[in-house]
Amino acid sequence: MPRSVAPWETERKLLIKDEDRTNPKYGCRPEERSAEQLLKYGAINVDKPAGPSSHEVAAWVKRILKIDAVGHGGTLEA
Amino acid sequence: MLLSGKEYVCVMKLHGDVPEKRVTGVLKEFEDVIYQRPPLRSSVKRQLRTRRIYYLDFLEMEGRNALFKVGCESGTYIRKLCFDVGEVLGCGAHMQELRRTRAGPFVEAGAVKLHDAAYWFMQWQEKKDEGLIRKFVQPMEHALALVPKVWVRDSAVDAVCHGANLTAPGVLSLETGIGKGSMFAVLSLKGEAVALCRATISSEEMLKMDHGVVGKVERVLMPRSTYPKCWKSGEKTDDKQRHRL
Repeated sequence: MPRSVAPWETERKLLIKDEDRTNPKYGCRPEERSAEQLLKYGAINVDKPAGPSSHEVAAWVKRILKIDAVGHGGTLEA
Repeated sequence: MLLSGKEYVCVMKLHGDVPEKRVTGVLKEFEDVIYQRPPLRSSVKRQLRTRRIYYLDFLEMEGRNALFKVGCESGTYIRKLCFDVGEVLGCGAHMQELRRTRAGPFVEAGAVKLHDAAYWFMQWQEKKDEGLIRKFVQPMEHALALVPKVWVRDSAVDAVCHGANLTAPGVLSLETGIGKGSMFAVLSLKGEAVALCRATISSEEMLKMDHGVVGKVERVLMPRSTYPKCWKSGEKTDDKQRHRL
């Protein structure tokens, strides 16, 4: 039985419906975001140590990086 | 978005001596849809459910320790998997050690230690070199790497930021693999994440349609008024505005 395709192995094709230009006056490309903007709308992939909980790590990140809103996506249980 | 699967490297400790060939054989059998009931210590309802093992790659074995890599659906208990492999082998087994190497789009290679993140952050505060922040912070769009995408024109962005349904005229391009009822990400032409939507039709249908709803907003990601308001509240409002002018 052939093995299933993992979500990160899924190949997608691009379908083009129409073309248009984007106004440089509004918005900002993710690669061009300033450090402050990145810290506001970013994600950090943390290699978490075994002891503390995800919640504690999120609280540390909030404190060390001085960010208002920090959430976590989950962790391994012991 | 972390619901897009996980990958782990695991050490399974066998409770008996089994030839390597038998172990690799049984592990291959689990490369399939399996049944699992969440353990006592879990936050989910303890009902029997199916989970898909995308791949189970045996790496090596030493004595009674077997090392393997496994890619699986989110919510798969590797501890239970090891126990069940032990049952099939007959001797019994338990999960000795586990390390998650992938959570959706986030991989081990891109992970940073808290210590390093704190260091780079302090360096940035001193030197103001933006490159330092980029060493450990990724744009939030990275979290959407595995979600199928739909790119929209500037004039449709603000409406979506207000929770309006995404309609066909706003769509410029899209990826294949969107099915009716599945999630997709709305991006601006600059590649910014606008919102997460639930598709009302498939990719192929979206491509053909020239009017109508293609998706309903589930979560807005971009702040309102980032792009100009190009939408009207309704006919009555239009008339009122015309009168005032």
